[in-house]
Amino acid sequence: MQLLTLMVVLLLLTAFGYRLGRSRALATASGNPRLLHSLPSYHGYYVALWCGLPALVLIAGWLALEPALLHWMVMSSLPVDLQGMADERLALIYNEVRNVARYGHTPSIPAVGEAAQHYNAVRHTMFISVALGALALAVAALAYAHRRIHADMRARNQVEATVKVFLVLASTMAIFTTVGIVMSLLFESLLFFRHVSLIEFLFGTQWSPQIAMRADQVGSSGAFGAVPLFAGTLLISGIAMAVAVPLGLLSAIYMSEYAAPKFRSVVKPLLEVLAGIPTVVYGFFAALTVAPFIRDVGSSLGLSVASESALAAGLVMGIMIIPFVSSLSDDVINAVPQSLREGAFGLGATKSETIRQVVIPAALPGIIGGVLLAASRAIGETMIVVMAAGLAANLTANPLEAVTTVTTQIVTLLVGDQEFDSPKTLAAFALGLVLFTVTLALNVVALHIVNKYREKYD
Amino acid sequence: MENVATAAASSQAVAKRLKKRYAAERRFKALGFGAIALALGFLGILLVTIFSNGSTALVQTNIRLDVTFDAETLGVSPVNPSADELLRANYGGVIKSALSKAFPDVSGGQRRQLYKLVSTGADLPLRDKLMANPGLLGTTVSVWMTAGADVDMAMKGHVSRKPGVEGNRLTDAQLGWLDELEKRDAVTKKFNTTLFTTGDSREPEQAGLWGAVVGSFFSLSVTLLVCFPLGVATSVYLEEFAPKNKWTHLIEVNINNLAAVPSVVFGLLGLAIFLNFFGMPRSAPLVGGLVLALISMPTIIIAGRAAMKAVPPSIREAALGLGASKLQMVTDHVLPLSMPGILTGTILGMAHALGETAPLLMIGMVAFIVDIPASPLDPSAVLPVQVYLWADSPERAFVERTSAAIMVLLFFLAMMNLAAIMLRKKFERRW
Amino acid sequence: MNAIPVTDTRLSKVAARDVNVFYGQKHALKHVDLEIRANDVTALIGPSGCGKSTFLRCINRMNDLIENAQVTGSLMLDGDDIYDKTIDVVQLRARVGMVFQKPNPFPKSIYDNVAYGPRIHGMARDQSELDEIVMNSLEKAGLLAEVKDRLEESGTGLSGGQQQRLCIARAIAVAPEVILMDEPCSALDPIATAKVEELIDELRENFTIVIVTHSMQQAARVSQRTAFFHLGELVEVGDTEQIFTNPQHPLTQGYITGRFG
Repeated sequence: MQLLTLMVVLLLLTAFGYRLGRSRALATASGNPRLLHSLPSYHGYYVALWCGLPALVLIAGWLALEPALLHWMVMSSLPVDLQGMADERLALIYNEVRNVARYGHTPSIPAVGEAAQHYNAVRHTMFISVALGALALAVAALAYAHRRIHADMRARNQVEATVKVFLVLASTMAIFTTVGIVMSLLFESLLFFRHVSLIEFLFGTQWSPQIAMRADQVGSSGAFGAVPLFAGTLLISGIAMAVAVPLGLLSAIYMSEYAAPKFRSVVKPLLEVLAGIPTVVYGFFAALTVAPFIRDVGSSLGLSVASESALAAGLVMGIMIIPFVSSLSDDVINAVPQSLREGAFGLGATKSETIRQVVIPAALPGIIGGVLLAASRAIGETMIVVMAAGLAANLTANPLEAVTTVTTQIVTLLVGDQEFDSPKTLAAFALGLVLFTVTLALNVVALHIVNKYREKYD
Repeated sequence: MENVATAAASSQAVAKRLKKRYAAERRFKALGFGAIALALGFLGILLVTIFSNGSTALVQTNIRLDVTFDAETLGVSPVNPSADELLRANYGGVIKSALSKAFPDVSGGQRRQLYKLVSTGADLPLRDKLMANPGLLGTTVSVWMTAGADVDMAMKGHVSRKPGVEGNRLTDAQLGWLDELEKRDAVTKKFNTTLFTTGDSREPEQAGLWGAVVGSFFSLSVTLLVCFPLGVATSVYLEEFAPKNKWTHLIEVNINNLAAVPSVVFGLLGLAIFLNFFGMPRSAPLVGGLVLALISMPTIIIAGRAAMKAVPPSIREAALGLGASKLQMVTDHVLPLSMPGILTGTILGMAHALGETAPLLMIGMVAFIVDIPASPLDPSAVLPVQVYLWADSPERAFVERTSAAIMVLLFFLAMMNLAAIMLRKKFERRW
Repeated sequence: MNAIPVTDTRLSKVAARDVNVFYGQKHALKHVDLEIRANDVTALIGPSGCGKSTFLRCINRMNDLIENAQVTGSLMLDGDDIYDKTIDVVQLRARVGMVFQKPNPFPKSIYDNVAYGPRIHGMARDQSELDEIVMNSLEKAGLLAEVKDRLEESGTGLSGGQQQRLCIARAIAVAPEVILMDEPCSALDPIATAKVEELIDELRENFTIVIVTHSMQQAARVSQRTAFFHLGELVEVGDTEQIFTNPQHPLTQGYITGRFG
């Protein structure tokens, strides 16, 4: 709230700076804007930027440093006997201090209450000094910029240079995101591999991530062999692709080669609806309707079907991916030059012969690229499997049994109460790293194939 | 002669072959049509299932009871009780005595079952009623009260009312009372306002979506605030300013790859960076919005660049030729002309973000939260996560509520897509 | 901004000395020396790809937009080096306006099209001044009579010839000293072309005009001076009458008599 007030004051000051800069520019040109190098408004922006930016940087820097500073100042004020405790205990105490200070919880020991008061006092003093500092900086910068204004000043160029810096910074966000993903996955995974060896993780066939609550507890040492997860992921994705590829491809062929424009204009958006439905809805549908249906059909045929069978999850996932396959194939098929089709028709081939023997082979690389992209989507799909696939890490190829997947386990390991540094939670990051690597590789290969294909017909 | 015979034979063979070829042609065409029909058929089944399940959640069974606001039962002073007294009074007791009065011959042991006919949350409306009009103290009024979830399910026919049938959670005695109440015209179904006005609850009949809707609104607001300026700035830079060098290429490759990274991985990023490194609050729409912003960013950038590419270079030349600076060219011409395209892309990106679930589970948005969030920093659920949570609940009554939640989610998605389509239609420009 | 010189027509407005342009490895313009006189219409002619447009775009540095384009030599505008580091491209382009091959009005109203330049250069102190500039420019471009009742309509709704005159009005509104025209009539029908040519002749009074054209007749009709380019080199420059009646260089002669091009 205080921060909001500070920001509003700063904003007002900036707006004031804009007006001041504008009017001063006009004044130096004795009211004739043609005598100025830049439009008066640029002089306004110039002053406003000087006024706002440095102060904003100061506040942002403080926001980043505040937690660490507070932590240090509060902890060093604790009584000596408390300071000597183990790190985990200290972390808990600090957590309590924060809760007492911020939400008024009742402290468990008096020392915490005192520390909480100290916390609030320090926080308050720091905020006031930063606020005053920021405002002083803003005013000083405003005055400085204001004095620099004269008719020949290249205000526009300077303002534009600043904006361009912002544009460049914005465009690096994508890089930072990727770096952030890679760093966080790698860092936590390395912690995980301190507990569990890479070989065991990648090639072990036992997955039971329960960790003993007490050191002497039996039978729950935890096993982190991820092979059943990989197998389960492959099984479900395989079923999904077996559904999506033929249906998507055939739909695309019908749509681009047979359908009348009117049919196409109605059906194509309808198919896209399938892609727009949130995955959590598919998950609910798979668990509520499809899985029981398959189980009932199975038992009427005398088969024993798990109530969370891989088949149900894979089937629904396949349906979800249909529009993805069909729209990619559609693009690819439309890119095949008409001359090829005419060549085949000219030889007396029927339409289906032309499609099967000329169009599809010509479009094959592009279709394969599209299928790979769809596969990467199936592997990374989470909600359907979380809701409709099981948690049991069975190593099986039978689609009627329950299997678990990489994404399911990531969610399961991280949802609920967790201590952050246990192998159980860290395992999720190791799985995430595998997932990221595999999907990235699939995408790179697929995009490469598709681009190659496009170049061929461009 | 021989020639003619072979010619006839071969023409016969050709005709036969041709027939076969045409049959193959028809089969192939039917196959394609079948694929589309299958896909759309599935879509139909899905929507019909959801809507038929969910529509009953729009109403809620209510039971009419004659309630006596007895000062003694309430535990308040009989004359001019203070507001504080009224706030803390025992309204549950009033309901219990009203039920006992309605079925006077129910004995002590069975009373407990009797009390379960009415929702445990039915006391709140009574409190509001009395506090709004303290003059009711001591009088008897006829009040419609929310029924318990099991009664609701039986009334809607989701579970059988025949005793002993699987899924029926009502006892024979409870079913008997229900029949009796029906005979007295004291059971009806009313529009389920609770569903749209309250937060989550463990009791199905008291659970509402409003908390999740507000949470989704806060999350998407954060997403939009972060994503739109950064996305547009990136598109502008890449499309109008960036030199064609390795660095630019790297950024482009990065954006394309980010668009295909599974969303759950973004959740891991949010957990590791936003929660554990920066110490942001768990379950908060602020963090959810930030994660969703990272997910939507590539979509918006790709849409933005496509829209800017569609602005013909002659417009840029015209502006520059008049002495506009490059930035003026962008702000005065390129951006306004590409804005419909950018906005369409943004709306579609937001729609996608609205339906995103998995990454939000990672950052703790699965907590059970009853209160309606008042700011993006308060713990909160969002619509798709609410669907996930309710789908996980064992009670039969949550099935119809989950479906109803999905209907609400799909409604918002449909509206957003419609807005995007209209925007595109209205501002479509052919150069 | 300088006042527009109208007195000495012999004054050299733009002077090119040993101008070379490279597009990457390609040497597109070779050692061009050319003086463009104030208040003349100078026509640049030559076969496609001869460098005439490249030279034109050097004068207001539109070549800056092409990646890896490099310009050497010196180009002076009234004694100011156009390629000097201290020259602000934006201000340069306000002094040297341009009309393009295809009419490219902004998808805004006719009024806003013309007012855009004056607005970004801060040329009007208030609305009435801006109105005056817009009306004057439309008048000078010979378009006012046709559009004065529909100034708020979109500029893209005009006919091709009107659009091109709107683009000329838009260029005039900034009060440039030089106007560059890159085949301004190539997308127009003969009647519209005649109107634009007439306009060019009138504009000569106030502006220095450099026009690139494919049409020899057009060069002969509208220009006082003509420069003939071939394969990136300036082959010959002189008074239009002399170039067309008595060309000095065999290449020029060949081109003018239509033996190649």
